Amino acid sequence: MSEAKYAIQNFELLDLLELIPKVRSLKEEGYRLVQACATRSADGTITVIYSFDLDHVLYNFKVIVPENLEMQSITDSYWSAFIYENEMRDLFGIRFHHLALDYGGHFFKVAMPRPWNPEVVQEEEKAPEAAPEERRLTREEMLEIMGSEVEE
Amino acid sequence: MGKRTIIPFGPQHPVLPEPVHLDLVLEDETVVDVIPSIGYVHRGLEKLTEVKEYTEMVYVIERVCGICSFGHGWGASAAIEGAMGIEVPERALYLRTIWHELSRIHSHLLWLGLLADAFGFDSLFMHCWRLREKVLDLFEKTTGGRVIFSVCKVGGVRKDVDSATLREIVEVLKGMAPEIRELADVFMNDSSVLNRMVGVGVLTKEEAVELGAVGPVARGSGLRQDMRLNGMGVYDRLGFEPIVEEAGDCEARCKVRIREIFQSIELIEKAAMDMPDGPIAAQVRGNVEGEFALRIEQPRGEAFYYTKGVGTKFLERMRVRTPTNQNLPSLVKMLKGCDFADVPIMVLTIDPCVSCTER
Repeated sequence: MSEAKYAIQNFELLDLLELIPKVRSLKEEGYRLVQACATRSADGTITVIYSFDLDHVLYNFKVIVPENLEMQSITDSYWSAFIYENEMRDLFGIRFHHLALDYGGHFFKVAMPRPWNPEVVQEEEKAPEAAPEERRLTREEMLEIMGSEVEE
Repeated sequence: MGKRTIIPFGPQHPVLPEPVHLDLVLEDETVVDVIPSIGYVHRGLEKLTEVKEYTEMVYVIERVCGICSFGHGWGASAAIEGAMGIEVPERALYLRTIWHELSRIHSHLLWLGLLADAFGFDSLFMHCWRLREKVLDLFEKTTGGRVIFSVCKVGGVRKDVDSATLREIVEVLKGMAPEIRELADVFMNDSSVLNRMVGVGVLTKEEAVELGAVGPVARGSGLRQDMRLNGMGVYDRLGFEPIVEEAGDCEARCKVRIREIFQSIELIEKAAMDMPDGPIAAQVRGNVEGEFALRIEQPRGEAFYYTKGVGTKFLERMRVRTPTNQNLPSLVKMLKGCDFADVPIMVLTIDPCVSCTER
């Protein structure tokens, strides 16, 4: 098993400030984004794992999410990451700045908001002004984000 | 610029087996922008790690999809086996490879049927699904199930297949091959079919790389990208080489899938001939401690599995990322600039599985 490409495992821990430079350098080296997901430890720490591929070998790195649950989006380098970042927003309450296509916490229709991090819901309710995007965007707003306009 | 109109497509649409919603921005009959929306059937299967033991999670993850259920069971098992350092017996790896390739055949036949249905060729649709039934019969005979098999477990497989049954599988598949060839001939040569697919929904190689396309979508755009090359199962011993088409259009994606059906038949035949004797499962002791990430080539493309355990019987995290998740951005790219009438065919050619995507 150890000789196979799939058995090569690496989970490098990066500082939050290193995230964007790292993603940009991977993009330049020709890596393909495989996925991004969040995990929550028993102590409440939330970590985001990014996985990239080059020549069928996975490269993973982790970033610990700060307490304010705010991070920089990587959609600037990998546009397709909008799916993963919106999913993490819905399930963990992580807010990604400069997200190319932001569904405002309504990508998935979940019975219970932020199921992997329910504590954040109380925080959001306490300070609704801190979450102005907490509503379904209209189609026109979506199109504006995507750089299109609707002519009446 | 003409007047723009937004046409909602889905989540309920005759061509869609599963709910995805697309806001199509049209100028006259041309799609100029697309906003995809999913989220209608999120089931929270990953969250069940909190209440299901790691051995049971394999059967939960298997239920992510009713088409690629075996592959999901294999992916979840392999991720746990990797984290626990379990060496799976050779015979189990051969059996897993055979069942996985049978899944590919039935998935591709199902897809061909749906494609035929989408452009109104109903007799072709019925023939594809008639042949698919024979594969489901093989599943029933070897595993007891036709959709969910529960035959993959941590450490190996739950059921063995005797030599007579292996021979029968090969014979059935060889018997199907000429019939599949007849169907393939229609898909590849009938002008009414080609008119709908040739030059439609082109995704260039560069775009496929940029958007992270996977599976037949990537290979149809000329990328030699297939997770069967990464050492999973026994593909390296079967002389596996990915099937690649260069055109990047709907026809290329269709060709890749058709050629993969014949390739899977050959792989199954080789695996059945070479299968060693021996145990079908390793003993599993203890709990998962540590993490492991791997990928499997599902019929629709690369699927990702990540598992993390902290030494208890419950996993801290089990993550599944399915192929459609990765192909949605490519779909958005393909749709921009297409004719409105081509949207259903193009949506179908990524073989979308939305329930899998939402898990």
